Amino acid sequence: MVAKALKNFFKRIFSNLFSQKRELKLGFYGPPNAGKTSLANRICKDFTGEEIGNVSKIPHETRAVQFKEKVEISYKGKTMTFKIVDTPGIATKIDYEDFLKYKLKKGEAKTRAKEATQGVVESIKWLDDMDVVVVVLDATQNPYNQVNITIIGNLVARKIPVLIVANKIDMKKANIKKVEAAFPEYDVVGISAKYGKNLEEFYESVFKLAKRV
Amino acid sequence: MVRKNLGKIKGFSIQFLPYSEIRGLTSAQRIKKILDIVLANNILLIQGRLEADEESRLIEDTMAMIKHLKNFKGIELAVIGGNDKEGIFGKMRTGLVKAIAGGDLGAVTIVGPATIVKEIKRNPKKIELLLKK
Repeated sequence: MVAKALKNFFKRIFSNLFSQKRELKLGFYGPPNAGKTSLANRICKDFTGEEIGNVSKIPHETRAVQFKEKVEISYKGKTMTFKIVDTPGIATKIDYEDFLKYKLKKGEAKTRAKEATQGVVESIKWLDDMDVVVVVLDATQNPYNQVNITIIGNLVARKIPVLIVANKIDMKKANIKKVEAAFPEYDVVGISAKYGKNLEEFYESVFKLAKRV
Repeated sequence: MVRKNLGKIKGFSIQFLPYSEIRGLTSAQRIKKILDIVLANNILLIQGRLEADEESRLIEDTMAMIKHLKNFKGIELAVIGGNDKEGIFGKMRTGLVKAIAGGDLGAVTIVGPATIVKEIKRNPKKIELLLKK
């Protein structure tokens, strides 16, 4: 852990010295079905015209890390360049039978479960490479989930700046106050990735966070 | 032998693991010990909490096990108590306790097999362990 922190520290010092306008790796982490890909798609579509990946109601739609390089995000006359990294949802359990409820065939469900387990491992491995991370949570769900706490704990241990996004605020059950109460030490921005609601505040927070790198 | 019975549950037990039993172990050994107990269909209460990187390693190893063991669906994990939101004096006190005892002993970590534990609902003031029928 100490070696990793030192490595990251020196990496940041050197990249700041030799590159005035480097590309920051902006990771999207969180539990499955929180809307990580929806948000990454929204950003990529707004600033590059292309989406990053497919979205679905079935959990674990993203089963491999997907990224888009050189995404220039402009906000209030300022521009920053990011590598957008969309990661598979992190979970502690994966049961192929859960996918059968979405009318997948048994074989498809088993393959999906197998790929999803690999995706979780891949997400965790990529943590070391991130410069800034947006933790996307579903504002309609209980935020006191150990996966959320584990992800944030790992980011703090690696000294990676974190922004918490409470997604799906367009839904009746959404409770942004509960998310804020669960993580009082962090900035929480409520958005709807699906309808593009409150993205201005999101971009402002991302820029603020990126300056800390 | 116990692993063959995963998924055919007739009962379960709750096992307590005092911190003294894992204090001297490496991270890999701790995680192996935890998963061995959980794979034997036990709900495990651990005194203290794992480090952040140990928790993520536990998730990684759990995923590898799901891939390789037929009836293993994963784990439910929760940490209660501990010293997440304390002030500066609290942190100093915790640091001292940690230095003497070797871990955050104010916390309890609950790990259970997903075949038995449906959900661990955690709110700030209470914890509910929902079991599968």
